[in-house]
Amino acid sequence: MTNEVLLDFNNVTMQFGGVTALSDVSVKIFRGEILGLIGPNGAGKTTCFNVMTGVYQPTQGSVVFNGSDITKLKRFQITQSGIARTFQNIRLFSEMTAVENVMVGADARKTSSIPAALLRTKHQRAEEKESYDRSMELLALMGIADRASDAARNLPYGYQRRLEIARALATEPELLCLDEPAAGFNPAEKQQLNELILKIRDQGYTVLLIEHDMSVVMNVSDRVAVLDFGKKIAEGLPSEVRSNPDVIAAYLGVPDDAA
Amino acid sequence: MSQLSNLWTRFLSLNTDVQVRWKSMSRVQRLSGYVLAVLALYLAPWWPKIPGIGWLVNTPGTQFSTVLNDQVIIFVLVALGLNVVVGLAGLLDLGYVGFYAVGAYVVGVLTSQHASLPWIVALPIAVVVSMLVGVILGTPTLRLRGDYLAIVTLGFGEIIRISAKNLDWLGASRGISDIGKPPSIGPLKFGVLDPKPYYWLGLTLVFLVVFCLYRLEESRVGRAWTAIREDEDAAELMGVNTFKFKLWAFAIGAAVGGLAGAHYAGKVGFISPDNFPLQLSILFLAAVVLGGSGNMAGAILGGIMVAWLPERFRNFTDKRVLVFGIALVLVMVFRPEGLLPRRVRTKSPMKPASDGQEVTQ
Repeated sequence: MTNEVLLDFNNVTMQFGGVTALSDVSVKIFRGEILGLIGPNGAGKTTCFNVMTGVYQPTQGSVVFNGSDITKLKRFQITQSGIARTFQNIRLFSEMTAVENVMVGADARKTSSIPAALLRTKHQRAEEKESYDRSMELLALMGIADRASDAARNLPYGYQRRLEIARALATEPELLCLDEPAAGFNPAEKQQLNELILKIRDQGYTVLLIEHDMSVVMNVSDRVAVLDFGKKIAEGLPSEVRSNPDVIAAYLGVPDDAA
Repeated sequence: MSQLSNLWTRFLSLNTDVQVRWKSMSRVQRLSGYVLAVLALYLAPWWPKIPGIGWLVNTPGTQFSTVLNDQVIIFVLVALGLNVVVGLAGLLDLGYVGFYAVGAYVVGVLTSQHASLPWIVALPIAVVVSMLVGVILGTPTLRLRGDYLAIVTLGFGEIIRISAKNLDWLGASRGISDIGKPPSIGPLKFGVLDPKPYYWLGLTLVFLVVFCLYRLEESRVGRAWTAIREDEDAAELMGVNTFKFKLWAFAIGAAVGGLAGAHYAGKVGFISPDNFPLQLSILFLAAVVLGGSGNMAGAILGGIMVAWLPERFRNFTDKRVLVFGIALVLVMVFRPEGLLPRRVRTKSPMKPASDGQEVTQ
């Protein structure tokens, strides 16, 4: 972890009609860290993701990535500029094979289009091979290369979750955003996932992690930010956040006599 | 009925057997297999003369080679083009006849109505113009999705037909006659009486289109299209420029549709707005869906069935549309994904499937 700010989430307010999903939220993500983003259901975690990746345009505020404002960029441009994400509810290309799914991600960095594909130029063939090799490499990294040629929809749940991560990594992001990657995992699988996330970080990626499961967040995160009702209520080291009274109140409620 | 579906399942498994045996053959054997198949297709006009299966393929009341060119080749070309739009990119286009009409009209205008260019020069112009029309239509409408896109394209098909009907410049409802024919090459004479040369030309165009589309399908472009069909939002968030690739799908589809129209105009020599009714758009779509949306072989088979079946049943006179309709319904009941459903490619693009298994967890 360095002191270089990779992503600056700057006073973002996000309103849907009368509902304020995010209210003046500021978060900085430093290069090389794992930042955990937690909060009760409906706190605005996924909305944060959606603003970062261009799914929503924030009502106010800006998102600065790598020193440039990406608030107004299109979604695919944001991906190409180096932010990749996974989805809370798995959204793979279900009729494509696992390796093809990952290749779609890898293609984000490629340039050959219709004319090159028609002529099968040398450049195009080299890019195809590069995409394929990199995708197989990522499948191996995720430990799912044995099912590379299976349709995504035929893969077991744990494989699908990991395939989503592989596909996101294939876009060569600097910042990888994981939206509840441990959802539906058993303790052993969670342990594997922890190791996987640390391995990904050690390869030089910065990771933003949304997670409900405290065993995952507290074990792997370098820092944790806490959202509640669209406001940031705490930020700091996992140990600090864990003992923060506001956070405990948000998660467990405030006892009657203390109120 | 279930016997029928059993029969089809058995046919498919036979198909798999053939594939397995096919793969075990040597290169020379396979190459000669291809050559024989291509030769058989070019000799198709004589199929009705084959004892045994001749009566099955024959089309009573219409010359078989006329059916081959005017119906089968046209529908196969159109189904191939529409398959890119509907089957691969998942964009429901109900006005595809519009592009087909544009191709035919460009040839009509350039070879007869306002100029007298040779057909062979008009052909590429027709393809390019159709493509441009695809881009012009796609740019504002591809922001729509699903049903909304279908309605807009439906309107587009009608706009083209009604414009042609009302513009004197395009011959209005009189249409355009004396359209230029393909140039004769040696003994191949593109005349009025013999449809065989047109069929051979059309078949060559089909091979060309299949070759090009195959290359697109097996590339970054094809993956982008499929990803858009499967989940457009997810595709865009994985870095696919969805608008650009949807527009390309539209343009490529339009170009193939225009090519089919140009070939049609060159053969029949006369076109009028009545040749491009809305019903044709629906039949084109039926061909793709019937054959197997998203599978090139399926689209080809669908095109053949939709073109050939009504001609096969011509001696049922008034009831042939009914028989054709029943045949379509039966196929959709027993093969809801089409005759040849798209299959997930089990083969990896670069290496055999067994490759991944070497990597242990």
